[in-house]
Amino acid sequence: MEEVISAKDLYYRELNARIRQKARAGVEHIRLTDVQGHRYIACGLQFKNLQLRVSGVPGEDLGAFMDGPTVVVENNAQNGVGNTMNDGRILVHGMAGDVVGYGMRGGRIYIRDGAGYRVGIHMKGFKEKQPMLVIGGRAGKFFGEYMAGGYLILLGATGGSTGPVVGDYCATGMHGGTIFIRGKVEEYKLGKEVKAFPLTPEDESFLRPILVDFLESFALDVNIFDFDSYQKIVPVSTRPYGKLYAY
Amino acid sequence: MGNTTTLSDNPRVSNPANTNGSKSGLPPATSPKSDLMGLQSLRPDDHFHSYPEYFVERRHEECIRCLVCVRQCPYDCTYYDPDRDVVYNVHQNCVNCKRCVAMCPTHCIRIERFDSGFRDNGHWGTHLVRGLRKQADTGGVLLTGLGNDLPYPSYFDRIVLDASQVTNPSIDPLREPMELRTYLGRKPESYRPGSPGEVFPNILCEIPVLFAPMSFGAISYNFQHGLALAAQEMGTYFNTGEGGLHPDFRKFRDSVIVQVASGRFGVDPDYLLSSAACEIKIGQGAKPGIGGHLPGEKVNAEISRTRMIPVGTDALSPAPQHDIYSIEDLRLLIYAIKEATEYTRPVSVKIAAVHNTAAIVSGIVRAGADIVVIDGFRGGTGAAPMIIRDHVGIPVEVALAQADQRLREEGIRHQASIIAAGGIRNSADVVKAIALGADAVYIATSAMIAVGCTLCQQCHRGLCAWGITTNRPDLLPRLPADQAAGRLTGLLRGWQHEIQEMLGLMGLNSIESLRGNRLKLRGVGLTQLELQTLGIRQAGL
Ligand code: SF4
Ligand code: SF4
Ligand code: SF4
Repeated sequence: MEEVISAKDLYYRELNARIRQKARAGVEHIRLTDVQGHRYIACGLQFKNLQLRVSGVPGEDLGAFMDGPTVVVENNAQNGVGNTMNDGRILVHGMAGDVVGYGMRGGRIYIRDGAGYRVGIHMKGFKEKQPMLVIGGRAGKFFGEYMAGGYLILLGATGGSTGPVVGDYCATGMHGGTIFIRGKVEEYKLGKEVKAFPLTPEDESFLRPILVDFLESFALDVNIFDFDSYQKIVPVSTRPYGKLYAY
Repeated sequence: MGNTTTLSDNPRVSNPANTNGSKSGLPPATSPKSDLMGLQSLRPDDHFHSYPEYFVERRHEECIRCLVCVRQCPYDCTYYDPDRDVVYNVHQNCVNCKRCVAMCPTHCIRIERFDSGFRDNGHWGTHLVRGLRKQADTGGVLLTGLGNDLPYPSYFDRIVLDASQVTNPSIDPLREPMELRTYLGRKPESYRPGSPGEVFPNILCEIPVLFAPMSFGAISYNFQHGLALAAQEMGTYFNTGEGGLHPDFRKFRDSVIVQVASGRFGVDPDYLLSSAACEIKIGQGAKPGIGGHLPGEKVNAEISRTRMIPVGTDALSPAPQHDIYSIEDLRLLIYAIKEATEYTRPVSVKIAAVHNTAAIVSGIVRAGADIVVIDGFRGGTGAAPMIIRDHVGIPVEVALAQADQRLREEGIRHQASIIAAGGIRNSADVVKAIALGADAVYIATSAMIAVGCTLCQQCHRGLCAWGITTNRPDLLPRLPADQAAGRLTGLLRGWQHEIQEMLGLMGLNSIESLRGNRLKLRGVGLTQLELQTLGIRQAGL
C-alpha cells in the first residue's frame, strides 16, 4: 500500500518528520506530492525497504547521509543529491544540480539527464563497498575531483543539448576509483594524476549490465553500447601530491 | 667532549624522508672519528643540508651496552658496532625526541643543540638557513607537525587576573561549592518559569575543557582510546577530528564530538548518531585556509578502512568544502546534519582565527551553528606546511574577544556557545579565555605533553617515539591507553582544582559568573589599541 503525504504548506522540517514517522510505523511505500524545493528529503534515513516517490521538484541535499532507502524523483533535482550517501538508490527522472554524490560512500545514483559542477567529488570506496553514480547526459567542471573510490559513469547521451560531455578539471586530484566517460575528453581537461584508457573486454562486461539497468530504469531507448567511444579514467598515482612535500 | 663519539663518512646517514619503516639491516659504521670537524669530509653534494641539528652525547664509561637506545630510536639514529662494542649515533638524524634519554637505564645520554658553526645572525636564523637548504635539496614544501613555534608575543602572558581583598571576600573552594559545570549549545530566547519556550539540545561539560579534534590516523589508536576514557571519566568530550570513529570507540558515544570535514572520512548516519555533538570543520588554526592532509606514510590498512581510501594515499581534505561557498551553503550543511540527527544534538562549526573572525562568527551563528570553535594560530597539527603554520592566522585571544563582543552587540550571543582553541597551556589560559568570552576551551598539545610528547615536531612523519602520533605496530605499545587515560585525567583534575582556586580568589563561585567577565582581567605592557581590542583595562586602573 502506498501512502501519500502532501508537502503543500509544510516546512521541510515538518515534512521530513512525517516521512520518518511513517517509515518508523513500517510504511514501505510513500508518495510525496506538491514538493516545491523542500530540502533534505530522505536525509539520514536508514530504512532499507523504504521506497519514496517524489512528485514535484525537491530542494537541496536530497538523500544526504541516506543509508538504505530508494528515492525516485519524477522531475529535476536540486544541488547536493546524495551528499555523503552511504547506501540505497536515488533515481532522478530529469537533471540534477551541482555537487551530486559528494563524498558518496555506497549505494547508487542514476540521473537521467545532465548534472552541474563538482559531480562525484571525494567519492570513496573500500573493498566491496563501492558507490556508483551514473549520469545520462553531460556534466560540468571538476567532475570526479579528489575521487578516492567507487564508479562514476558519464554517458553524454540524454538531456538534449549538445556540447562537450564534461567540463575542465576533470578528475583533478583523483587517487582511487574509476571513471567511465562516453565521448571525447580532451587531454588538457584531465588532471595530471590520471590517464585515460580504451575499455578492455572486462570493462565492457562490467559496464553492460549497469547500462541496461540504467536504460530500463528510465524506459530509455538510446544506443549507449558503442564501447569504442568510451574512455576509462583511472589514477596513475595514489599519491598525486606526494612529491610536493619535504619531510 | 671526552668520550663522546661523532661520525664522519658514515654510510648510515640517510635522508629522514626515507627512514620510514627501516629500523635495522643497515651496515655498521666504518671508522668513526672522534673529531667533530670530521663532518667536513662529507661530500657537500651528498649532504648539502645535513649539518646535524642535535648532538647525541653518550658517556661510554657508563654505558652498559643494553642497546635499549638502539631499539627505542625510531629515527635511525642509534646503532651498535659489535666489533668495537660501542653504541654510536648518526647525529644528522636525531630530532631530539628524547626517547633514548628517558629510557637509558644509566642515564648516560644527553642531547645537545649542535653548534653547526653558522655565525650568529639576527636576521638569518638557523631554522631559516636549514629550511632553505632542505628546500634546495628536495624542491618541496617544508612539512612539520605541532603548532607555530615562532616567538610572537602572547596576549595570555600580558593579561593578569584580579583577586578579592577586604571589600569583596574571596571564597574557599575547599569549603564551599564551586560550580564548573558548563552547558554548550544554543540557549532559549527567554525563560519564564513554567513555559521554557523552545529548548535546544546542549551538552554538559563537568569541566570547561574538552579535548580538541585529533583524528585517528594523525594520532594513535591508543591515544584516542586514552582521550575517550579520560573524557568519559571527567565528564567532558573528545573529538574525532576528521578521520572517522573506529568501531571500537562507538561505545564512547556520550563523550565524543564527531567531525565532518571536506573529505567526509568515515561519515555516515551511524557516525553522526554515535555522538554527543557534531562538528563541521571549516578551518584549523595551525593552517588557516588550507585543508587536512594525512601523509600517505600514515595511511595503513586500518586507517584505509575507517577513511575508505586506498592504503598509502595521502588523505586529502582540501579547503574549502566544495559544497560550501557562502554562509547560506554552510547553513545547508548545518541543517543537513540536524535533519540526519533529528535535531537531537548541537552542531558546532570550527574555524581558524583570522582577521575578520568576528563577522564570520556572526554569520556562522546566524547560519544555525549551536557552538562555534575559534582556533588560534598557536594550534597544533599532525601535518602542515611550516610556512603556513608559522605565518598565517591570528592569536585566539583577540579573535575570541572580538567575536564575543560582536555577538553581544548583535544580541545573538545566547544563540551559540564559543569554544576557544589553539595553544591553551595551563589553567590560567583557560580562565583568561573564559573571561575573554569563551564558554569552554579545547586542548590538544597540552594533552599530548601530558602523555609524553617532547615537542619534537615530527608528528607528520608517523614515527612518534612516544607512540602518540603514529600507528606503526612496534611504536603503538609505547603509549598504553590506560596509562594515557590516567595521565590525562590527572591533568584535568589538576586544572579543575586550579580553576576552582582562581574562581574563589576572584570571589566567584561558578564559572558562569566568569564568562565574558573582562573586569576580572587587566593588561600589562599592552598598547591602548591592544587593550581596546581585547576589551580589557590597564593594570592599576
Ligand atoms: S631516540 Fe630521539 S633523541 Fe634519541 S637519538 Fe633517536 S631521535 Fe635522537
Ligand atoms: S640505553 Fe644507555 S646504557 Fe643502554 S646501550 Fe644505550 S646508552 Fe648504553
Ligand atoms: S607527538 Fe610525538 S612526534 Fe609529535 S611532537 Fe610530540 S613527541 Fe614529537
